[in-house]
Amino acid sequence: MATLELDVAEEAVTQPARKGRKLGVLFWAAIGWLVFVCAVAVFANVLPLPSPTDMDMLERRAPFSAEHWLGTDGLGRDELSRLIHGARISLVVGVCAPVIGLVFGGALGMLAGYFRGRFESLVVGSMDVLLAFPPLILALAVTAYLGQSIFNLTLILGALSVPAFMRVARASTLTLARREFVIAAQALGATHARILLRELLPNVMLPLAAFFLLGVAVIIVVEGSLSFLGLGVPPPISSWGSMIGEGRESLEVAPRLAFLPAAAMFLTVLAFNLVGDALRALTDPRQGAL
Amino acid sequence: MALFVARRLFYLLPVLIAVSLLTFSIASLLPGDLAYTILGDQATPENVAALRRDMGLDQPIWWRYLSWLGNVLQGDFGRSFRTGQTVLQAVVERLPVSIELMLLAQVGALAIGVPLAIVCASRSGGPFDRFMTGSAFGMLSVPTFLSAILLIYLFAVELRWLPATGYVPFTEDPAANLRFMVLPALTLALAEWPGIMRVLRSDMIATLQEDYISLAKAKGLKASRILFVHALKPSSLTLVTITGINIGRLIGGAVIVETIFALPGIGRLLIGSILTRDLIILQGVVLLVGAGFVIMNFIVDLLYAVLDPRIRHGHA
Amino acid sequence: MTDNGLLSVEDVQVDLPTPRGNLRAVDRVNLRVGAGQTLGVVGESGCGKTMLSRAILQLLPKKAKLSGRVMFDGQDLLQLAPEKLRKLRGRSLAVVFQDPMTSLNPVLTIGTQLIETLQEHLELDDASATRRSVELLAAVGIPAPEQRLAQYPHQLSGGMRQRVAIAIALSCEPRLLIADEPTTALDVTIQAQILDLLAREQRRRHMAMILITHDLGVVAGRTDDVAVMYAGRVVERAPTPALFKKMRMPYTEALLAALPRLDTAPHTPLPAISGRPPDPTRPLQGCSFSPRCRYAAAGCHTEKPALTQAESPEHVYACFHPIGIHAEAGA
Repeated sequence: MATLELDVAEEAVTQPARKGRKLGVLFWAAIGWLVFVCAVAVFANVLPLPSPTDMDMLERRAPFSAEHWLGTDGLGRDELSRLIHGARISLVVGVCAPVIGLVFGGALGMLAGYFRGRFESLVVGSMDVLLAFPPLILALAVTAYLGQSIFNLTLILGALSVPAFMRVARASTLTLARREFVIAAQALGATHARILLRELLPNVMLPLAAFFLLGVAVIIVVEGSLSFLGLGVPPPISSWGSMIGEGRESLEVAPRLAFLPAAAMFLTVLAFNLVGDALRALTDPRQGAL
Repeated sequence: MALFVARRLFYLLPVLIAVSLLTFSIASLLPGDLAYTILGDQATPENVAALRRDMGLDQPIWWRYLSWLGNVLQGDFGRSFRTGQTVLQAVVERLPVSIELMLLAQVGALAIGVPLAIVCASRSGGPFDRFMTGSAFGMLSVPTFLSAILLIYLFAVELRWLPATGYVPFTEDPAANLRFMVLPALTLALAEWPGIMRVLRSDMIATLQEDYISLAKAKGLKASRILFVHALKPSSLTLVTITGINIGRLIGGAVIVETIFALPGIGRLLIGSILTRDLIILQGVVLLVGAGFVIMNFIVDLLYAVLDPRIRHGHA
Repeated sequence: MTDNGLLSVEDVQVDLPTPRGNLRAVDRVNLRVGAGQTLGVVGESGCGKTMLSRAILQLLPKKAKLSGRVMFDGQDLLQLAPEKLRKLRGRSLAVVFQDPMTSLNPVLTIGTQLIETLQEHLELDDASATRRSVELLAAVGIPAPEQRLAQYPHQLSGGMRQRVAIAIALSCEPRLLIADEPTTALDVTIQAQILDLLAREQRRRHMAMILITHDLGVVAGRTDDVAVMYAGRVVERAPTPALFKKMRMPYTEALLAALPRLDTAPHTPLPAISGRPPDPTRPLQGCSFSPRCRYAAAGCHTEKPALTQAESPEHVYACFHPIGIHAEAGA
């Protein structure tokens, strides 16, 4: 038909050739930043840093110096050390919570997408109930009852991320289950377990992995918000969110106390978003076809 | 249309029941006894037992749920054991603040996001489009509380143009009310526009390649009419969808923003009830926010039907 | 056809960049349409006829490169300022697209889509624009036109939608109507009705029309001239009677042979043209039709035939071994 000619033209329009190269630089910069942050966080105890909790009332809000590279905070604690230890909290919660979502949501989604029927309705229905609350409200409410601790926080945010992972896993399982290699495996008499683990899992993992990185970015923001409100990790543990919250009090005299952790958090969230988005674009079947 | 509404209403009921169940179970099944929390450190076992009896905590769980639900349906959400105010009073008092904040924020986000999306879509691939798409992606990585701090620093601390915190009711002094509302609403709008812009932009790019856009051009219509009527109206469905999806985030953002800017809204009531462990208020607010959220989503669905004639006439 | 025709397409060429390389959709096409005349443009899918119509309307995709001249009423549309072009489109130059399912905006009422054109170009007030819309809908054979104004496209059948699209095209009494495969997307039973409607309105309004189709049978009784396109080029152009009396180009003959006829016995397989059109991103050195042509000789594969004049100056064809002459030479 005449439309065929147009299709060719549109394909050319919607495919900017520059995109690949341009994303490349940013992508690797993001990876570099993430590696740096993770390394610093992992080796925080080994690094020659002052304690993040030792207060020095004589040196409150001290400027940058040889002793305190990034100065000290409102209670005279070393800012750099608190930033690095804060990275640990943000990363531990930010990575562990989506792992919970990935494992449970991924499993539920795959089972629902593969077996369909009543089980699928049950899973989708119960997830809809979880989604019937604004996520932050639910997180706040449950934290209030369970009590503030890193473990509880991770658990709650993990549970809240289950529905999203379930949706991604179910959607890709639904499409994959109709593909030839699955039908062939079924025809050859493979067990359900074998089809799920050997045929479907490796293929569902790709979109899930990309989504995982975007999930880390979201969880870091939510953890930061809760800690900022004073309802996340309990003091005196430093987290970027609680540091920004404390820095807000001295915005007029020492804005850097809020802006340093803010910059660290922004860069980390941005890096996870960039890497996740690039991976998603790679695994997106619609874009892969072009 | 009537059938559509009826079907949606029918679906609304089980979701609302589920919301009430979840709210109740969070408050009841989790560790930590309400009686202990209320009485604090001085609680003696006798005191606790008496209070438990008073509050019906010694009844079986299903009975407690049903009687609680019965009260709720009669408009009795309980009473704060700290201030003596009923949940309903507290919520009704603060609701206008939150609604004004979210409405202003949504209007602001649309005012930023929609024109940008239209300009970007009509020049897709150009330098402006690439710059704005990049900025929107960057903005998605800025948490609400971060942009709040930045705005406070810029407009309240450095420039001293706007107040950082405070509130005056709209009915008392509209101008002052808006002055206090500018920064909080802008903070929320900054978090919302990138999502609106990104989704609307890609949708508009697809719409602009439709045959009916070619025909609109061939009819000699003005570019503004093609963009705002022929392209934006079909894409407005997407706009409604994205607004619906964002309501949850908007409510969460409102909680943070109200706390930072000291606005006496529902969010601050919620945070306050957590900090003072006023669990009755907390339970009531969570239930009402959850129900409100479900109903807002329901309204978004209806809006969808109003905008899309194919759904309205039952063709979809 | 007169020399100072209403529309003359001169050396128009359209190139589209694609991931697989440059695609020459239209290759130096020359056409003319006089006022009140009809021209049929015939060719297979992908031969460039839609791109040609979009080139005339200046509606090509952004990335497309267009060269040549499109003279309409003494003005070159390629050089025209956007605002002047806009005033021309819909007013003097109208179009009916192939698929009425996609060419009408699904979220605007029929009335809106009709009235906006009228008000854009004719400065009518609401009442007279509405009255005029009702007249137009009635003229294109839509029953109960008053009620239709408030309806949306999905509430009408395909044939009715195409009638609406025609009403929109006719609304400002254009001097040239381009009908791009106006019946391809419709049921067979509706096709003749729509074509007859177009022919009737064309005569009544004395407007020029370009009828684009893949069906040689459609242009037979309804056009003054026919241009046959293949692989982006015009390969034969003639007054309609002359073409059907004595076609020269083997491709035209193959197109005609592929038409179902009433006089063939039922269940006879149609002689489809074997092979496929060449890949437009990989142009052939010789005649584009040579791989599929049953008259092709050695020279056809290495050299492109230019348009040659037949008996009259109006009849031209691009072939080294034209039918008739080929047969005479062989005899």
